[in-house]
Amino acid sequence: MTDTLVPLLVAGPLLGALLTVAAGLLDDRAPPVVAVLTLVGQVGLAGWMGSRALLDGPLSNGVGGFVAPYGIELVVDGVSAVIVSLVALVSLGVLFYAVDDDPGGTAFYTEYLLLVAGLSGMSVTGDVFNLYVFLEISGLATYALVASAGTGRSAVAALKYLLFGTVAASLYLLGVGYALVATGTLNMADLSVKLAQVGYDSPLVLASFGFIVVGLATKAALFPLHTWQPDAYNDAPDSVSAFISALVSTVAAYALFRLLYTVYTPAFFEAVPVARDALVVFATLSIVVGSVLAVVQSEVKRMLAYSSVSQYGLVVVGLAIGTPAAVFGAVVHLVGHAVMKGGLFVAAGTVDDLTGARTVDEYAGLADRFPVLGGASALLMLAMVGVPPAVGFAGKWYIALGAVRAGTWPVAVIIFGSTLLTLAYFTLLIERMFVAPASPSVRAATDGGERGLDRPDRPSRVALTLIVVAAVAAIALGLAVTNLQVALEPTLDTLLAT
Amino acid sequence: MIELVTTRYAYLVVVVLLAIGVYTMIESSNFVKKIIGLNIFQTGIFVFFITGAYHVNGRSPVVESGGGGGPFVSPLPHVLILTAIVVGVSLTAVALGLVVRIHESYGTLNEDTLSEVLADD
Repeated sequence: MTDTLVPLLVAGPLLGALLTVAAGLLDDRAPPVVAVLTLVGQVGLAGWMGSRALLDGPLSNGVGGFVAPYGIELVVDGVSAVIVSLVALVSLGVLFYAVDDDPGGTAFYTEYLLLVAGLSGMSVTGDVFNLYVFLEISGLATYALVASAGTGRSAVAALKYLLFGTVAASLYLLGVGYALVATGTLNMADLSVKLAQVGYDSPLVLASFGFIVVGLATKAALFPLHTWQPDAYNDAPDSVSAFISALVSTVAAYALFRLLYTVYTPAFFEAVPVARDALVVFATLSIVVGSVLAVVQSEVKRMLAYSSVSQYGLVVVGLAIGTPAAVFGAVVHLVGHAVMKGGLFVAAGTVDDLTGARTVDEYAGLADRFPVLGGASALLMLAMVGVPPAVGFAGKWYIALGAVRAGTWPVAVIIFGSTLLTLAYFTLLIERMFVAPASPSVRAATDGGERGLDRPDRPSRVALTLIVVAAVAAIALGLAVTNLQVALEPTLDTLLAT
Repeated sequence: MIELVTTRYAYLVVVVLLAIGVYTMIESSNFVKKIIGLNIFQTGIFVFFITGAYHVNGRSPVVESGGGGGPFVSPLPHVLILTAIVVGVSLTAVALGLVVRIHESYGTLNEDTLSEVLADD
């Protein structure tokens, strides 16, 4: 179904970014207001389009009146509807935290909206080169946001991220180049037909697959391509690390999903089983190593970052296995991870503001002093481990179920093993927070000692609300997962049918 | 082999540029040189696209009234690379901006020196 309003999903935040600059010239207090209004509009638009796409089937639009496959096509199908709504909702939520926690200047809000535009574009585009452009737009905005902490460390982390991210996007572009040489088209739907005609065992097609997977896997931070990620998450301002940990890698993993299932299609995996096996091995390695590295971290933000490496491994394993249950599990885990990790990073940032605590040991006794903050964080951690009925459980369950159905038993065993490791590092943190005697920094925050003087004595209302909302959402999503399955079934059936 | 060099030399240029770019990024410990390596790497990709557009005896794709006049060189990769060059320039600008910030904070552009400074922090 054609719909002329689809491009607004990208144009809205883009226009908002420009308006933010204009508003910043008039009044210093205006940019956050413009940004909030833009994102409220984006949530409404994404929700409206998304619900229509889920109920009535995919919406598409040939931008500028050039029809596909010659022009750029934007498509909202079931899965992109979910992702684009997730991007809109989470970015609005984190924006409130950003305004409350470390309000930046005009540039900060402009970059923020540019990032939302880039991520929304990646979610709805149906053109592989257009995806590259949006990948770079969101990349550029992310590097600038990471560096917006203003410290030297954050500049180093941003530069490292820039070097990795650019090489990743360039490798993706090289893959697109091979596909273009093989087929002469860039439209995703058209590519899937023409790649089959060229033959899946053609060296051009295989090379394009390899480059594209490596490029997007770097963006999604799979081991061993993850080395940019812990520094970027750790050294960015608190609100930015919450935002990018929740969304940037998520959308990169979604792009990988789009490429695997819309462009290469399951028929490619049938024809070239070694590609699937390689992807499964690559992702499993990421699950294991990510968990192990998370266990040995002493800083909480770094622990959360390495935990993401392992969670994205889980998502990619689901995508690679390719049974309906596993792919659905991957999408659920993608959404669930965004909500839970975003909430946990907001919590880590809030704890840092309150007590200055950054390491696992310094978290000791936190829950006694701040029961709501501690309780909601613990809930999010348990959801991340995969305790039912939270969404972390639902995602892992479907992926493991898919693995068992596909007959790849070792993967199911590894998912179980990694869950134990996740349990290990999160229970350690929970034990510190609830059982251990208070650490010096928490005590200082309690009796207003020398470290507590310039710090707020209670968590800010906005941050606390966001963490509690994230915890509630993690459980509600877990309970609503069967509804989501029904809603996504037509989309996934079409994608997995060929 | 000789024939490969004489007829497919553009692809050899691509490979050489990609290799030089990656090598510079890994080998050099100077941030500015790393960024130069990144640019060389991207240029390799640009050359790859442009080479892919080539058509034997192809002319510039200006269709005369009434059509015909082919064969034409494919215009699509040129347009794509025009976009990619713009992206590359913006990336270089952001990267150099970060390099300036790093130099202001730590007084060095050398990766090894910087990691020593950061370890002492």
